[in-house]
Amino acid sequence: MSHEDTPKGAKITFQVDGRACEGFHHESLLGALRRLGFEVPSLCFHEAVSTYGACRLCLVEVQKGRKSRITTSCNFPVTAGLQVRLDTPAVQQNRKIVFQLLLAKAPASPEVRALAAEYGVHSTPYKVSEEAKDNKCILCGLCARVCTEVVGANAIAFSGRGSHKDMVAPYDEAAEACIGCGACVEVCPTHCIGLRETPEIRTIEKWHRDLPLQKCEKCGRPFAPTFQLMTLGKRVGMKLSDFKVCNDCR
Amino acid sequence: MDDAKLKSIIEKHDRDPANLLAILMDIQKEERWLPKETLKALAAEMNLPLARVYALATFFAAFSLKPRGKHLCTVCMGTACHVRGAPRLVDHIQREFDVLAGNTTADMKLTLETVNCVGACALGPLVIVDGEYHGNMNAGKMDRVLKPIKQE
Ligand code: SF4
Ligand code: SF4
Ligand code: FES
Ligand code: FES
Repeated sequence: MSHEDTPKGAKITFQVDGRACEGFHHESLLGALRRLGFEVPSLCFHEAVSTYGACRLCLVEVQKGRKSRITTSCNFPVTAGLQVRLDTPAVQQNRKIVFQLLLAKAPASPEVRALAAEYGVHSTPYKVSEEAKDNKCILCGLCARVCTEVVGANAIAFSGRGSHKDMVAPYDEAAEACIGCGACVEVCPTHCIGLRETPEIRTIEKWHRDLPLQKCEKCGRPFAPTFQLMTLGKRVGMKLSDFKVCNDCR
Repeated sequence: MDDAKLKSIIEKHDRDPANLLAILMDIQKEERWLPKETLKALAAEMNLPLARVYALATFFAAFSLKPRGKHLCTVCMGTACHVRGAPRLVDHIQREFDVLAGNTTADMKLTLETVNCVGACALGPLVIVDGEYHGNMNAGKMDRVLKPIKQE
């Protein structure tokens, strides 16, 4: 059977460092490697959303037939007979450069520094610009993908391009479409979005969004932003009044 | 941009989100730039996320999110023009019109911009005023070219 005929998701075998492994036709190679328990560094991949291939960290060497090459594994499809090598000199060399670039891009991120250190990279030869000095964001776009594809709020997106590329709320003002669910905060690999909460208000810091919290009618505990309840309620055809009690009291 | 005008542009493009780029171009043609209020109204009218409209508007250098004046003066700051005195020209215009490069005068008369090489290096320093190329520029010639605008 040729690969074109293999249905997506069919069980196949491929090799990792010479070991036979089971995978599913056309699944993400990085996803498969993780499930199989292999360690591959990565910052921009999440099973729940589309892949973007932004951080370039998940490099592996793949071989199909005689040709061997280096590729990012998150956006590489698994196929039968694929041979994967995880830690070749070429992978190490390229990964080192990627780490150095990331260290220059987000020098203020402890997460990037820690991961780089795990792979033996402790400094960068690249110049850190004055604006980048305090930056933690690696522009992986995971926050926006989650907000669009999972939450459906479409509150944030990349702006500009090239050296002006940025991840901001529109006009870098309060993101009016943000429902304050905190999904982006959770998923951000460098924890640079920030969520603050008082008994009255939840703030998503990077998007300048302040959202009043709904208090449970029974126990009085604030449990979710009112705007979030309204938006989600509208989607499923319920009114805010249907949501005035927290999960614990229901 | 008033509501009716915006709606007519949207209708002209069949209210199709696939035509968002063309819609933005039409707005820019009318207004010379993309005002924030117009983009917000556009997103609401077409039921599109503002984040998406903003992402597209900031992606292309041809769009301006800052007000643009009636006249456009672009000074080439490419290497060749740079060594032949383009920075001094920029300084000069900034002083004469009380505007910083990349911005527009308070009376919306003139926008001053810089670019990197327009491919006419032999003529440097080069200045483009409302689409017209002026080579071998100096402060005196610059004043003459910009005089009609100043006197408007
Ligand atoms: S907190 Fe706001 S921006 Fe973040 S995922 Fe939720 S809705 Fe989107
Ligand atoms: S804020 Fe976080 S998730 Fe969003 S692009 Fe930056 S690093 Fe990635
Ligand atoms: S995880 Fe593959 S490029 Fe980031
Ligand atoms: S540097 Fe000015 S035209 Fe080339």
